[in-house]
Amino acid sequence: MSGAQDDRLNVHGLTLAFGTRVILRELSFSVRRGSIFAIMGGSGCGKSTVLRAIIGLLRPAAGTILVDGEDYWAATEAHRTEISRRFGVLFQNGALWTSMTVAENVVLPLQMFTQLDSASIDALARLKLSLVGLGAAGERMPSELSGGMRKRAGLARALALDPDILLFDEPSAGLDPITSKRLDDLILELRDGLGATIVVVSHELPSLFAICDDGVFLDAETRTAIAHGSPGALREGCDHPTVRAFMTRARPEQLTAMEDPHGRR
Amino acid sequence: MVLHLTGDWIAQETGLRDAATVQRVIAEAGGAARLRFETGELGRWDSALVAFLHALRRAGAATAEPAMELDDTGLPEAARRLLALAAEAGPSAATPAAPNGDPLLTRVGRRSIANWAGAVAAVALIGETVLRSLAALLGRRVWTRGVDVLQSMREAGAGALGIVAIVNALVGGILAFVGAVQLRRFGAEIFVADLVGIAMVREMAVMMTAIVLAGRTGGAYAAQLATMQGNEEIDALKALGIPVFDYLVLPRIIALVAMLPLLYLYACVVGLLGGLVVSASVLDLTTTAYIEETRRAIAGTQFALGLAKSVAFGALVALAGCHIGLRAGRSAADVGRAATSAVVAGIIGVIALDAVFAVCANALGI
Repeated sequence: MSGAQDDRLNVHGLTLAFGTRVILRELSFSVRRGSIFAIMGGSGCGKSTVLRAIIGLLRPAAGTILVDGEDYWAATEAHRTEISRRFGVLFQNGALWTSMTVAENVVLPLQMFTQLDSASIDALARLKLSLVGLGAAGERMPSELSGGMRKRAGLARALALDPDILLFDEPSAGLDPITSKRLDDLILELRDGLGATIVVVSHELPSLFAICDDGVFLDAETRTAIAHGSPGALREGCDHPTVRAFMTRARPEQLTAMEDPHGRR
Repeated sequence: MVLHLTGDWIAQETGLRDAATVQRVIAEAGGAARLRFETGELGRWDSALVAFLHALRRAGAATAEPAMELDDTGLPEAARRLLALAAEAGPSAATPAAPNGDPLLTRVGRRSIANWAGAVAAVALIGETVLRSLAALLGRRVWTRGVDVLQSMREAGAGALGIVAIVNALVGGILAFVGAVQLRRFGAEIFVADLVGIAMVREMAVMMTAIVLAGRTGGAYAAQLATMQGNEEIDALKALGIPVFDYLVLPRIIALVAMLPLLYLYACVVGLLGGLVVSASVLDLTTTAYIEETRRAIAGTQFALGLAKSVAFGALVALAGCHIGLRAGRSAADVGRAATSAVVAGIIGVIALDAVFAVCANALGI
C-alpha cells in the first residue's frame, strides 16, 4: 500500500453490533491526511455508529481501527485516552455540558489536559470561540443559544485542544441553508488553517458536495459499504442504484422504472 | 360483488365501522374474488372511510382463500390515493415487534441477567470509589475538580439546612410528646430527656437526615446524570478522555460523605431543642434540669455511632443516585424513572443499613 503512510485513519473489516443485532459488517476504509472524508448513507445505516466506534464509545465486535498506524481498540484504556486526545468531536446536537456557560465548556478540556495558567486558558478559549464567531456569547448558557450557535459552540469545544483529527456528526442537520453554508465554509477554513483531517457523518447532499473530497457510502440493507469515493465522483460515476438514488435525490424504484424501458443509459 | 357505501363516514361523529363484520357477511354469502364499490350515496368522509377500507383489505387478504381483491375504481379519487399510500407502508406494519412473544423462561432469564449485570455494576462502582478515593488520598492524579466538589457540597449541605431543621425539630418534639404522655403515668417525667436524647443522637437524627437527602440529593443526582446521558454530555466527556467517574461521581460522593456528618450534628442539636421546647411546655420541668439530664444520658459513643452511620448513609445515598443515573436510558421517561428509583433505593437502603448497624451495635454492646 503506497498511501498507507499518508493515512490518518484506517478502518479494516469493522463489524459493529449492539448485543446480537449487527449494525454494520466488514466495513473498510481509510482517511487520507488533510482530506475531508464523508461517511454517507441513508437514515439508520449506522453512520453515527461508525463514529462512536472511532471515538471509543462502542467497542467493535470485530475488525480494527488504526489511528496513525496504532490499533485503537487493542490499546490499553490509558493509551486509548491518549489517542483520543488527537480527536475533536462535534456531536449531533452539540452535546454541550448544559450546567456550564459556553466559555466554561471550552475551558474544561484545557483545564483538564494542560498545565496552563488560567489567564492563558481564558485567552485560548476566547480565541476558539472567536474562530467560530461566538466571541460575544461566552457568558451565556447553552440553553440560551439557538441550534446553529450550539453547534458552533460544540465546534469551539472540539477545537479546544488543537486536535488534528476532527469528527463531525451531522454538522448541518437541522440548520437553515445559510447557517449550514456558513458552517461548511468554517469547516473548510479550519481544515486549511489548522491542517486537520476531518471526518464528516452526514446525509445533507449540498454540504457533502461542497466540502468532502473522499468518502464511503453505507447501505442499510446490506449493512456495509457499497461505494467508495468523494460525493461528487459518486454522483457522476457510481452505478449502484441506491447510491445513484441517494445522490440524485430520487426514489430507487422510480429510478429503475425510469431506466428500464429505455434499457441502459 | 358490489359494496354500497352510503351516508357520512366521519371518525368523530360516526366512529369507525367494523370491517370484520362486513368480511364475515361477504364470506357467508359465498365469498367474492373481487369487491367493487358503489359510492353514489356516499356523504362526507374522512379517515374513518379509509381506515375501514384498509382493514377490509387486510381482512380480505388474511382470511379469504384465494385473497379477495378490492377494485377501487368506484371510490373517490382522494380515498383511492390514500389507500394506495397506506398499502405502500403495509408490509412493515404487518410485522409487529412481538411484545410478549418470548416464552416465560426466556423473559425470566433475560431479567435475571439484567439484574445480575446491574448488581455487578453496583459492586464495580463501589470498588472504583474505594480505589479512586485511595488514589486521591495517596496523592495520585485524580480528574476531580475542587470547584465541583464545593458546588456539590453547597447544594447537598447548605441547601438542606432548612428542611433538615424542620424535619428533625418535629421528630424531636414528637418523641418528647409521646414520651411525656407515657412517662408521666410513672412520675418519671425527667426521663423524657433521656428518651429524646438517646433516640435522636443514636437513631433518628441520622436516619431522618439521610432520608431527606435521599429524596433531595440522591434523586437529583440520578436525574442530573440521566439527563446528561440523554444529551450525549457523558459521551462528550468520554470522547475527550475525561474519566466519568472522577469527574461526575467522585465529587458527589465526597460531598455527601462530608456533608452528612455535619448535617447529622446539626440535626441532633435541632432535634434536642425540639424535644426541649415540647417538654418544657407540656411537663413542668425546668430547662436546666432537662439539659442536665440530656447531658448525662448521651455519651460520646452514641455520637460516634451516629457519625459512623452518617458517613455510611452518605456514601450509600450518593452511590445509589449516581449508579442509577449512569445506567438510565435516554428518554424523558427514563430520567423520571431514574429519579424515582434512586429515591426509593436510597430510603430503603438507609433503613436496611440502619438495621444492620443496630444488630452490630447490639452485638458489640455499644
